[in-house]
Amino acid sequence: MWRWLAVSVLAVNATAQVPSEPDLASGQKLFTSQCALCHGVAGGGGRGPSLTRAKLNHAADDAALREVIKNGIPPEMPGAWQLSAREVANTAAYVKSLGSVPAEPLIGDVSRGARLYEANGCSGCHINGGRGEGFGPELTGIGSKRSAAYLREALRNPAASTPDGFVYVTATTNSGETVRGIRVNEDTFTVQLKDAQGRFHSMSKADLKELRASRKETPMPGYGTRLSSAELEDLVAYLAGLRGKA
Amino acid sequence: MKWLVFSIALGVSAQVPYQRIVEAGKEPGNWLTYSGNYSGHRFSPLTQLTAANVTGLRMKWAHQFPDRRTEVSPIVADGVMYVTGPNSAAALDVRTGRELWSWTRPLPKDYQSIGFGHVNRGPAILDSQLFVTTLDCYLVALDIKSGAERWSVQVADYKPGYSMTVAPLAIRGKVVVGVSGGEAGIRGFVDAYDAPTGKRAWRFHTIPEPGERGHESWATDAWKTGGGSTWVTGSYDPELNLIYWGIGNPSPDWNGDSRPGDNLFTCSFVALDGETGALRWHFQFTPHDTHDWDATHVPVLFDADVRGKRRKLIASANRNAFYYVLDRQSGEFVAGRPYSKQTWAQGLDDRGRPIVNPNTEPSEQGTLLWPNLNGATVWFSPAYSPREGLFYVATREVGSIYYKREADYKPGTFFAGGGENLVPNEEGAGFIRALDAATGEKRWEFPLHSAPWAGVLATAGGLVFSGSDEGNFFALDAHTGKPLWEVQTGGPIAANPISFNIDGKQCVAIAANRVLYVFGL
Ligand code: HEC
Ligand code: HEC
Repeated sequence: MWRWLAVSVLAVNATAQVPSEPDLASGQKLFTSQCALCHGVAGGGGRGPSLTRAKLNHAADDAALREVIKNGIPPEMPGAWQLSAREVANTAAYVKSLGSVPAEPLIGDVSRGARLYEANGCSGCHINGGRGEGFGPELTGIGSKRSAAYLREALRNPAASTPDGFVYVTATTNSGETVRGIRVNEDTFTVQLKDAQGRFHSMSKADLKELRASRKETPMPGYGTRLSSAELEDLVAYLAGLRGKA
Repeated sequence: MKWLVFSIALGVSAQVPYQRIVEAGKEPGNWLTYSGNYSGHRFSPLTQLTAANVTGLRMKWAHQFPDRRTEVSPIVADGVMYVTGPNSAAALDVRTGRELWSWTRPLPKDYQSIGFGHVNRGPAILDSQLFVTTLDCYLVALDIKSGAERWSVQVADYKPGYSMTVAPLAIRGKVVVGVSGGEAGIRGFVDAYDAPTGKRAWRFHTIPEPGERGHESWATDAWKTGGGSTWVTGSYDPELNLIYWGIGNPSPDWNGDSRPGDNLFTCSFVALDGETGALRWHFQFTPHDTHDWDATHVPVLFDADVRGKRRKLIASANRNAFYYVLDRQSGEFVAGRPYSKQTWAQGLDDRGRPIVNPNTEPSEQGTLLWPNLNGATVWFSPAYSPREGLFYVATREVGSIYYKREADYKPGTFFAGGGENLVPNEEGAGFIRALDAATGEKRWEFPLHSAPWAGVLATAGGLVFSGSDEGNFFALDAHTGKPLWEVQTGGPIAANPISFNIDGKQCVAIAANRVLYVFGL
């Protein structure tokens, strides 16, 4: 009768027991089926951060790591409630072993990246360390949320990976007027958009001729051609170093 | 002294004898059982609200609960609304929502819900008592005038994983209840208690022991931890004196290796004698289930013509995505077909048994399948309109990747043997669907923004009410599915709507997250 995933009591129970000897091979198998989708096959990162780091922000010790795996980190990292306590421990042991795998080397220069960030109008759409405009997602802690490979791809081809809550839509009213913007919310009867000027639009679906959501479109320009590949690496190094509020 | 006039309603007449519940249709201003009547219809005979005036609905009052995601379906009798929460109950003045009394029972510190939230789906009423189940497995009888406890009885021990969230079913002289715990390896049952004293009248084990009918469907000792929870309120036919109850999944949920066989009576409807609890018939929807498709649905009872013959029928839109019509005297399969996207079976054979597709079991590398573990619908109620002959069901169209994992039984822990991951980039869909009740043929559907968690109410005024996970509470035309009215309640709706009168005026009520709203003209 499982029907409601936010079951923290259960999770505490499952992670409290410390099993004796974790099985790395089982952990790796579980990682491939349950985690690789977001963290990459060898934990190199993707939509989720690279886990080939000795120190993880959300997991100061082994118990905390098991907790993160079991409960997830809302809203983007789902909890692995379907794993038994032993399976969680095996997965955690495997994740920990990734810490000795060298992380992808970042060849860019962080301070040049910071200047490119200022020069390319990123602040016009993103808040970073409290500064900028809140049109796109906040970038203050982006380096601990996303891998370098993901960030590189997000700059080259931003439409390839739209984060939740940033789907770009086009709404056409019955009278023919068109509004484009980020879909900030939607229910069965209404939709709320934020346009490029940051204005919110509230629309009733009964008044719309068409509501088209496209995962292929985004207002963020691609920087693959605007920047040289060296500059792109500088910007990636800068973003990867954004680790949240001090 | 106008208030004196109202208080008369609380006099000796405020009693709800069995006969009043049998004839609930004659007093549509009240709502006397979980589903509004014994037949599981969630149908209001009130006709005041119609397509022509429903846009005039306004909030009358609201009641705030301390608990999130309230799933309560209230009872309304003689000017009082009775509500429950986890280990709590209250009586509210139906005119204002002001509390008349409240009751709570402390939850033991070591209690844990294994696989579900801290919820309660509602009370039952009979004579001068209100019946409430608690998470730590007590059935409690409260005096309807004061909330004082008349008796309480321990139904099961919560420590190995039993729990109770179900609204009881009160029949003549008895209160019938079921248990939760299908993810903890319980052995489920349906119990009846003597209403005046709380003494247990009978127990029906949903997992038969050696020597009992159905035990041959368990090849090993797995029956001892075989699951078969009973956490959704059943229906009752007073003429046949049969109780109909839906049985949950076998344990462990997603790994069937340790339990070869059909695993009766999991994922079945059973018909039990009201007097003795003896099994009259059973029908299994999903033999040897490995996807957590409990048959814990409100059974819907109606009579209709089948191939020219009037039949007493029972229907269910099942979690496994098929709609079934059975004969409620014999359990004989009458009709069935899918009502939602499914990829696990080719269809049903002429006895209603699924013809299962190969490679649909959960696996170590993952098996993609529709519907997901929450099913095409779950515990929230369907509605049946005798006026339209339609069966309304809130439908979830979500697929998932099912995994099989090891399963070790330890009392009081999760015993599931796997689980699911969502399909990457799939946005699940939701609908209110209207099916021809006798055949399951789809008549109309109304699309929702996402897969729903709310039940459906139908009314004789030609309306269907339901809610969305984004907080919309809405009315549709019962005949066409056309949307007529909508309000944003501000919280996800995971509850069943009801309808009743305040001072002779028709109202509807729905719980949305922590708040119960009452709307009227
Ligand atoms: C749907 C994508 C997704 C899946 C599946 C997923 N994760 Fe994550 N994970 C994320 C994201 C995104 C974050 C960053 C969250 C944040 O910081 O807000 C994260 C964070 C983490 C962290 C914390 C990293 C740190 O620096 O503290 C760990 C550890 C982790 N995940 C492990 C796992 C494991 C193990 C699994 C499989 C059992 C898994 N994840 C499955 C998306 C995912
Ligand atoms: C016109 C507005 C705009 C500008 C200019 C812009 N972005 Fe974006 N950015 C967005 C929007 C909207 C999204 C979310 C949708 C998407 O991912 O395409 C986004 C997404 C991102 C993401 C992915 C975030 C995540 O969590 O997945 C990164 C990283 C990013 N931007 C960095 C930058 C950098 C660095 C610059 C400057 C070089 C920049 N953006 C310029 C609007 C903008």
